[in-house]
Amino acid sequence: MAKAAGRSFNADIAAGTLALCGIAGFVLAAIFPLLRIGSSGLTEVIFSARTLYILQFTLWQAFLSTALSILCAIPVASALARRPQFPGRIWIVRLMAAPMGLPALVGAFGILAVWGRQGILNDGLNALGFERPISIYGLSGILVAHVFFNWPLAARLILAGLERLPPQYWRLSVSLGMGSWQIFRFVEWPAILRLLPGIAGLIFMLCATSFTLVLLLGGGPASTTLEVAIYQALKFDFDPPLAVALSLLQVGLMGLLLAALSLMPSAQEDRALTQMGYRRYDGAGLSMRLLDGVFILALVVFCASPLVAVAAKGVSASIVDLTARPLFWRAAGTSALIAGSAALISVFLAYCLSVARFTLGENKAGYARLLSALMSGAGSLILVVPPVVLATGWFLVLRGRGESLPIILVTIINALMALPFAIRVLEPAIVSHRLRVERLAQSLGILGLARLRIVDWPVLRKPLAMGWAFAAALSLGDLGAVALFGGNQIVTLPWLMYSSLGSYRSDDAAAIAFLLAIICLTLAIAGAPRGTQEKAI
Amino acid sequence: MRKITISLLTAAAALTVSATSHAADKVLTVYTYESFTAEWGPGPKVKEAFEKSCGCEVNFVGVEDGVALLNRLKLEGEETKADIVLGLDTGLIADAKATGLFAPADVDTSAVSVPGGFSDEVFVPYDYGHFAVVYDTEAMQNPPKSMQELVDGDASQKIVIEDPRTSTPGLGLLLWVKSIYGDKAGEAWSKLKDRVLTVTPGWSEAYGMFTNGEAPMVLSYTTSPAYHMIAEDTDRYQAASFSEGHYIQIEVAGRTKTSENPELAKRFLSFMVSPAFQDIIPETNWMFPAAKTSAPLADAFDKLVHPENTFLMSAEEVSANRKAWVDEWLAAMGTR
Repeated sequence: MAKAAGRSFNADIAAGTLALCGIAGFVLAAIFPLLRIGSSGLTEVIFSARTLYILQFTLWQAFLSTALSILCAIPVASALARRPQFPGRIWIVRLMAAPMGLPALVGAFGILAVWGRQGILNDGLNALGFERPISIYGLSGILVAHVFFNWPLAARLILAGLERLPPQYWRLSVSLGMGSWQIFRFVEWPAILRLLPGIAGLIFMLCATSFTLVLLLGGGPASTTLEVAIYQALKFDFDPPLAVALSLLQVGLMGLLLAALSLMPSAQEDRALTQMGYRRYDGAGLSMRLLDGVFILALVVFCASPLVAVAAKGVSASIVDLTARPLFWRAAGTSALIAGSAALISVFLAYCLSVARFTLGENKAGYARLLSALMSGAGSLILVVPPVVLATGWFLVLRGRGESLPIILVTIINALMALPFAIRVLEPAIVSHRLRVERLAQSLGILGLARLRIVDWPVLRKPLAMGWAFAAALSLGDLGAVALFGGNQIVTLPWLMYSSLGSYRSDDAAAIAFLLAIICLTLAIAGAPRGTQEKAI
Repeated sequence: MRKITISLLTAAAALTVSATSHAADKVLTVYTYESFTAEWGPGPKVKEAFEKSCGCEVNFVGVEDGVALLNRLKLEGEETKADIVLGLDTGLIADAKATGLFAPADVDTSAVSVPGGFSDEVFVPYDYGHFAVVYDTEAMQNPPKSMQELVDGDASQKIVIEDPRTSTPGLGLLLWVKSIYGDKAGEAWSKLKDRVLTVTPGWSEAYGMFTNGEAPMVLSYTTSPAYHMIAEDTDRYQAASFSEGHYIQIEVAGRTKTSENPELAKRFLSFMVSPAFQDIIPETNWMFPAAKTSAPLADAFDKLVHPENTFLMSAEEVSANRKAWVDEWLAAMGTR
C-alpha cells in the first residue's frame, strides 16, 4: 500500500514538472531567436524617463482597477452566496462569465454605447437638462472598462470559493445565533481573504497588460501601458531585443508582485468530510434582502447594459446576410476549433500543475517548495508574456516550415494565456477535494483510473467544466496571437470582425460582435450547469 | 476527448493545406495586407484576372498591414517565399530597400500618374489616397476648412485620431502636421490636444468610434466618403478639404530578388499598372487608381476632395526623423 501511494505521488509531481518544463520551454524557444536580431536602442529606452513614466502609469491604473473590481465584487459574491435560490440566479452567475470572452474592442464599443459622449447615460442626463456631456476618457474610462471586465470575474471566483465552504458552517453559525454581518466577519471574510491573493494577482496582471482598452478610452498617449511599448518596439521600431527586454521587465515586476501577494495568508482549505446540500439560514430580514438586491442589481445593470447595447446594434445589422456567407462559417469553425482545443490543453495543464502543487505541499523540503513556487509562478506569469512576442519568436523558429503549424501555435498560445484562469478555477477545487478524499481513497486502495472515475470525476466535473468554459471564452475573443500569422490561413471570428471593421463594414462587425457575445454566454452556460445546487437541496 | 482534439486539429491542418495545393505550373506568391485579400477586397478579382493570362497560380499571403508586411520580410530574410510584396507605402520604402531583398522593378511604369509625381526604380505605385479629416454632416455643419481651423477651432467638437506609434494613418497625420507647421508642430499639437477625444491603436477602431457617433470627426482618407456613397448610398460622411493641402499615402509593390520566377513577377508588376488591375482598385480597395482605368470612375469619386496641394516627404527623411517627431508628439500630447 505504501508503495502504491508513493508511486501515485510521483506521477502527480512528474506530470506537473512536465507541464512546467513545457511552458518554460515554449517561452524560451520563442525568446532566443529574437535576441539574435540586432537592437538599436535597448539600454537607451529601458532606462529612460519615459519608460519609468509608462511603468508608473501601468501599475497605478492596474492597482486602481484591481482594487475597484474586488471591492465591488465582495458584496455581490456574498449576497449571491447568501441566496442560493431565487429565480434568475443561475442567469446572473452565467452573465458574470460573459464579458470575459468578449474581444476588448467589442467591450469598449459596448461601454461607449452606455458611457460615451453619445451614450445612454449622457442622453439621460441631457434629458434631465444637463448641457455638457460627461466625458469618461482618461483614467476614469480605463477604470470603467476594466471594472466591466473584472468585477464579474472577481465576483464569480469569490462566489465559487464561498460555495465550497463546508455547509456545516452555515448551520453552525445560525445555531450560534450569528447574524449576516457576523457570518461575513467570521466565516466569509476569512475565506475571501484566502482567495484574494490569487484573484487580485490575476486581475492586476490582466489590467497591467491591457492594450486596446487603455488606448481607446485613455484619451491620449499619456495613458500608455508597457504592453503598448512592447508592441511598438516589435512592430514599428522592429527592435525584437528591446521588445524582449521590456517583456522581461514586465514579467519581472509582476513576478515581484505575485511574490509579495503570496506572503498573504494562502488558500488553506478546510477538511470537511461530507459535501452536503448548500443551504443558508441567515439574511431573511427585509433590510438585508434589499441590500443584497441592490448589490446584485448594480452588477447586473453595469455588466449587462454594454452587452445589451452590443446586441441591439448587432441585431439591427445584417445577421442574415452574414450567416449566409461560407466565410463566416469557416471563421466560426476555426474559432470553435482553436478555442475548444486551447481550453482543453489549458485545463489539462492547470490540472497537472494543481495536482503536483498539492502533492508537493505535503513535502516540506526546500526543493519541493521551490518546485511548487516555480509551478505557481509559471502558471500565472505566462499571462504577462506578450503573445505577440511569443508569436514572433516562434515564427522565427519555424520560418516557412509546415503550413499547418500556425494554427497549432495559435492554439498553444491561447491555451497558455488562458492557463491562469483555469488554475484559479481548478486549483482551489482540487485542493479541497483532495483534502477531503486523499487519505480515504488511499486507505481503500482506490488508485489510478478507477480513482479518477469513482472519486475525482464526480466532484471535479463541475470545476473542470467551469475552467474549460472560462478558457474557451477567453481564447474565443482573442485576436493577438492570430494577428501575426493571420491572413488567409487562419480566419477566426474576431479576425473577421476586425477585418470587416477595417474595410468600412461596420454592420458586419457589429453582427459578428453580437454573435460572439451569444457564444460567450453559451459557454458561460456550459461553465455553470444548472442542477448541482437544486439536486443537493 | 483527446482523440476528438487530435482529429479536429488534423482536419484543420488538412483545411489549411488544401487551400494552397492546387496543381499549377508556376505559383506566384504575393505578400500583401489582409484587407487586400479579403473576400470583398481586390485580391480575389486580381487573382482571377491575372491567372487568365499568366498560366500560373496566384497565391496571396495576407498579414495585418503594411508595417507587418515589412516586418515579415525582415523576419524571413532571404528565405522569404514572396515573389511580390504588395502594400508598402511611401513612408516604408526606405526601410524596405535597406533589407536588400528587393530587385529593381525593371518594367515600364509610364502609365503611372500620382499627385506629387512620385516615381521609384524599385517600387511601383498601384493606388493612392490623401489623408483627410472625415466628418459627420449630421453632427457638424461647419467643418474646419484648414488645418489651422482644426487646430484653433472649438475644442468641444472632437476628433478621433490614430496613434503614430502603432498605425500608418497616425503617422500620416504626424507628417501632415509636420509638413504644415515645421518647427512649430509641437505647439500645434498642444493646441489640437484638447480637441482630440482619444487616440486609438489603429484606423479600424477610430473609424468604428466615428460611425458609432462618438465623435463628429475622424482622421481617415479623402476616399472614405466614396464607400458610403457607393456601398451605402448615403452622403452623410464627407471629407473636409484643407486649404494648406493634404498629405498623400501612395501604396506600392515591388518584386524580391530572391524570387524564383523573376519574369513572372515582372509581368505581375506590368499587369498591376494596366487597366485590368486598376479597374478593380477604386471600388474594392477604396483608393484612387495610380494609372489609367478602362472606364471613368463612378460619379462618387468626382465628388471627393481633390487637394490642390499635395505633401509628401521623402522616405529617407521620414525614416531619419520618425523617432524624434514621435517624441515631440508625445511631449505635446502630455506625456513626459
